[in-house]
Amino acid sequence: MKKRSGLYTALTTVPSKQIQLLERRLFLKHSLSLGALVLLTGCDVTDVDAVQKTLWAMSKWNDRVQGWLFNPNKLAPVYPESAITKPFPFNAFYDEDEIPMVDPERYRLALGGLIRDKKPWSLAQLHALPQVSQITRHVCVEGWSAIGKWTGVPFRHFLERVGADLTAKYVGFKCLDDYYTSIDMATALHPQTQLTLMYADRTLPAKYGFPMKLRIPTKLGFKNPKHIAEIYVTNVYPGGYWEDMGYNWFSGL
Amino acid sequence: MATSSDDPPRLPSVVIHPLVVRVVHWINAFAILVMILSGWRIYNASALFPFQFPSGLTLGGWLGGALQWHFAAMWLLVANGIVYVLYGVISGHYRSSFFPLTPRAILNDFTGVFRGRLSHRLGTYNALQKLLYLIVILLAIVLVLSGLCIWKPVQFQSLAALMGGYEGARLVHFFAMAGVVGFIMIHVALVILVPRTLLPMFSGRAPRDSISSGGGY
Repeated sequence: MKKRSGLYTALTTVPSKQIQLLERRLFLKHSLSLGALVLLTGCDVTDVDAVQKTLWAMSKWNDRVQGWLFNPNKLAPVYPESAITKPFPFNAFYDEDEIPMVDPERYRLALGGLIRDKKPWSLAQLHALPQVSQITRHVCVEGWSAIGKWTGVPFRHFLERVGADLTAKYVGFKCLDDYYTSIDMATALHPQTQLTLMYADRTLPAKYGFPMKLRIPTKLGFKNPKHIAEIYVTNVYPGGYWEDMGYNWFSGL
Repeated sequence: MATSSDDPPRLPSVVIHPLVVRVVHWINAFAILVMILSGWRIYNASALFPFQFPSGLTLGGWLGGALQWHFAAMWLLVANGIVYVLYGVISGHYRSSFFPLTPRAILNDFTGVFRGRLSHRLGTYNALQKLLYLIVILLAIVLVLSGLCIWKPVQFQSLAALMGGYEGARLVHFFAMAGVVGFIMIHVALVILVPRTLLPMFSGRAPRDSISSGGGY
């Protein structure tokens, strides 16, 4: 589905954006592959719609089960520096030459929703907050994984600092590359969930999400938004770019 | 007076597959087919080895669709599997069908295959069948546990560590799948070779003579 670099390219096909869009459209229109049609021989489109409804309902059920399974105190395994994957793969829903370029001087992080102090943040202000590092495994929904080192502000600290309603259900993210996603509040408050400003002890490179991404070692990679423009807190389910197409919303590890 | 000598004497049929076993068998067949076909599509998104499964043989249309099928059918597979294991243990089905199983009996039946003398009586398993069924039950357990480790490598990290972590669990999951696919190929090939084994899997019943006299396969 998505492009990536390094050793994975040799093993998997890398479709262009057009093919991705086409495949997505085919999915939405026809929903099911030959394999499904073999299983559903004789069914009409309505039945296929019913299958789609069932699959989406099961995905919602899986969101609830994962919420119960999520232990807010259980830490993701951490690794030594020697375990870091080099080079760490680039991965997005677009090619590397389409990565947004951000002017660090003009950048402001916007806040919205159930947050008391919605004053925008500059990069310098974010760097002035307490910073922590983690070496954790990034697990992609495609199956591959890679270990990296991320440094930034514990997200819980940031949410408390700006007076977010910590009893709200969701934290949503709008990104400069038009990506969007959302997470549950329990995961937002997990000790390893991090507002990341650096990768491998250096300023976060553009391809990993400059100026800032959210690093969540307890969720699949696509739940880790890059190039964040706005963070908002809400009780209304915000969905997400991939989630609205069918990836499971909770996607916890 | 006309005799009815052209009517063969009717032998009473007997139940060789209990209803519970038949129902869980066909639910399991459906669930495992969905798991394998959707699993192949998921594998293709990031292949572990330098090959991919033909996408026409996969389920879901794209990665997201395949994941939806996989994580829906897993509930059916596990719930059905729990019913099967509980029934097998409580009813004594396992004890009477799969045991005793001795290395000597396995060896005898294994050499019997090559002499063309393996017994294949309906309702009674030979030692090779017993061994294969036990192996596939174990593989199913390994598949579920390794699947849990891939789905939740943080929440179930102790279990995942036993399999070599997240990446190790992917390999375990793949090879257990390959083992189950191998079992299904043998299982279906034997049904094609001995077609009278198929009907009792639906009806549960087989003529008494097919049980007593047996067949030299």
